[in-house]
Amino acid sequence: MRRVAVTGFGAVSAFGVGVPSLWEGLVAGRSAIRPITVCETKGLASPIAAEVPAFSARSVVTEEHSLVLDRFAEFALVAAAEAVRHAGLELTDEERTRAGVAIGTGIGGAGREDEAYYNVYVRNLPRIHPFTIPRIMYNAAASHVSMAQGWQGPTICISTACASASHAIGEASEMIRAGRTDVMLAGGADAPIAYGIMRAWEAMRVLAPPLDGDPSRACRPFSRDRQGLVLGEGSGLLVLEDWDRAVRRGATIHAELAGYGATADAGHITAPGVEAPARAITTALAQAGVPPDRIQYVNAHGTATRLNDSTETTILKRVFGDHARRLAISSTKSMHGHAMGASGALEAIAAILAITHGVVPPTANYTEPDPECDLDYVPNQARKLKVDAAISNSFAFGGLNAVLLLRRP
Amino acid sequence: MADLDTLERQVVDIIAQKKRLPPENITLDSTFLDLGIDSLDGMDLLFAFEDTFNISIPDDVAQQMKSVRMVTEGLRRVLGNRAVAST
Repeated sequence: MRRVAVTGFGAVSAFGVGVPSLWEGLVAGRSAIRPITVCETKGLASPIAAEVPAFSARSVVTEEHSLVLDRFAEFALVAAAEAVRHAGLELTDEERTRAGVAIGTGIGGAGREDEAYYNVYVRNLPRIHPFTIPRIMYNAAASHVSMAQGWQGPTICISTACASASHAIGEASEMIRAGRTDVMLAGGADAPIAYGIMRAWEAMRVLAPPLDGDPSRACRPFSRDRQGLVLGEGSGLLVLEDWDRAVRRGATIHAELAGYGATADAGHITAPGVEAPARAITTALAQAGVPPDRIQYVNAHGTATRLNDSTETTILKRVFGDHARRLAISSTKSMHGHAMGASGALEAIAAILAITHGVVPPTANYTEPDPECDLDYVPNQARKLKVDAAISNSFAFGGLNAVLLLRRP
Repeated sequence: MADLDTLERQVVDIIAQKKRLPPENITLDSTFLDLGIDSLDGMDLLFAFEDTFNISIPDDVAQQMKSVRMVTEGLRRVLGNRAVAST
C-alpha cells in the first residue's frame, strides 16, 4: 500500500493570507474574531466573525476573472498557489493528468447567492447576473483550482458541513493510496459570512455573543462559561503526494498523512454522537498502526457549543482511556473561528506545524474548568511539546465524522 | 470607416470596458472571436446590454449577436419593438 506525504500547504484565514500568519496568530494565542464588515449586520445579536481581513485575490486572479468567482473560490485559489509553491511542485504535462483536486465546502458561494436572492426578492430586479450559477456552485473552488494549476486528474468537491475539508483530505489520501493519483491538492474553502446565512445560524441559537463587548473573547471552547461558536471563513489546502514520489524528487516531507477514519452517527441531525466519532478515531489509529498512547496532540473539533465540547471530551476518554489525561488537546477555533468547510484543513495544518515546531497551539479564552470537560485543553498559552503523532477531529452537523492522523515523517 | 452612431458608440464602449480593450481597437466588423469574447463573456455582455438599455433580449436575438454589427442590429430590433409597444 502506498504511503501519503504532506509536502506543502497554504492557508487563508482570519489571520490573513498565508500559513506563517496563521501559525504566528495561533501560537500567540490571539483570537482573530472581530466585528463583521463583509455583510449587513442589522438586527444580529452577535455581529461578529473570524473574517479574512482586507482580502484581495489580485495576486492570483485578474479583476476580470474575479467576476466569475465567489469569495470562497478566491480563498481557495490563493491558498492553492501558496501550497503548490511551498511544495516546490513543477509537474510535467504527463504528471498533471495524475494530479487531482479535492476541495470541501459547507455552503459554497453563499455571499453571491445571498446577493442574488436580495436582487430577486427585495430589489425585484428583472434579471440577475448570468454568472450567478458558476459563482455559487459548490465545485467552483475545486474547478478553478484545477484550471489555475492545469491539473487534470480526479477532481471532486465534498460537502459534509464542518467536516468537509477533513473528508476531502482523507478521501484524497485514499485516492493516492489506491494508486488512482500521485498528487492531490486537498482541503476546504468557505465564506459563509452573508446576512441570510448569519440569520439562519442565529436562529439555531448556537452563536456566541461578544464577552463584555469584546468579540475576541466570544469563543471559549471547553470553558465552563462557553456560549457557542463563532463563524469564520477562509481556505486551507494541503499538497498530498505519493510518498515514494516525494522522496524521489527530494521534496521536504512535513508530515505523513498516516490515518483517516470516517463514520456516520446515523442518529441526530445536529446533536453529536459518541460511538461513531470514537470509531472514526480508532479507524484512523488502526490505519496508521499507531497505538492510542502514541498520540500526543489532538486538534479538537472544539466548537465551543455546550454539547460538542462535553461530548468530544467523552469521546476522547472512550478511545484513549487513561492516556486521555496525558493528551494535549486544543481547539484552535477559539482563534480562527469556525471556518466551516475550511476548518478541517486549517486545523490539520496546525497539527502538522505542532509536529514540525514542537509547539502546541493553545485553546484561547479558557476561563474556568467545566466538570464535564476535565482534560488538558492547553489553556491560553502555547506549549513546547515534542509531538510525533497528532489527530485532527471534525464532527459535522449531520453526524458525519472525519478524523485525520498526522505523523512525524 | 464611417462614424459610429450613438448606439454603436455605446456598444463599443461597453465591450471595451468589459473586455478591457482600447475602444479604438473595436470596429463594427469586429467579431466576438476577434475580440477574444468567449461564451461566458458573451453572457456577461448580454447582461450589460440589458442593464444599460433596460431591455430583455430574447434568446433568438441573443444567439445572433456574434459581432459588434450583429449586436447593434439586434439591439435596434429589441429597442424598436419596445418603442412600438410603449406607444
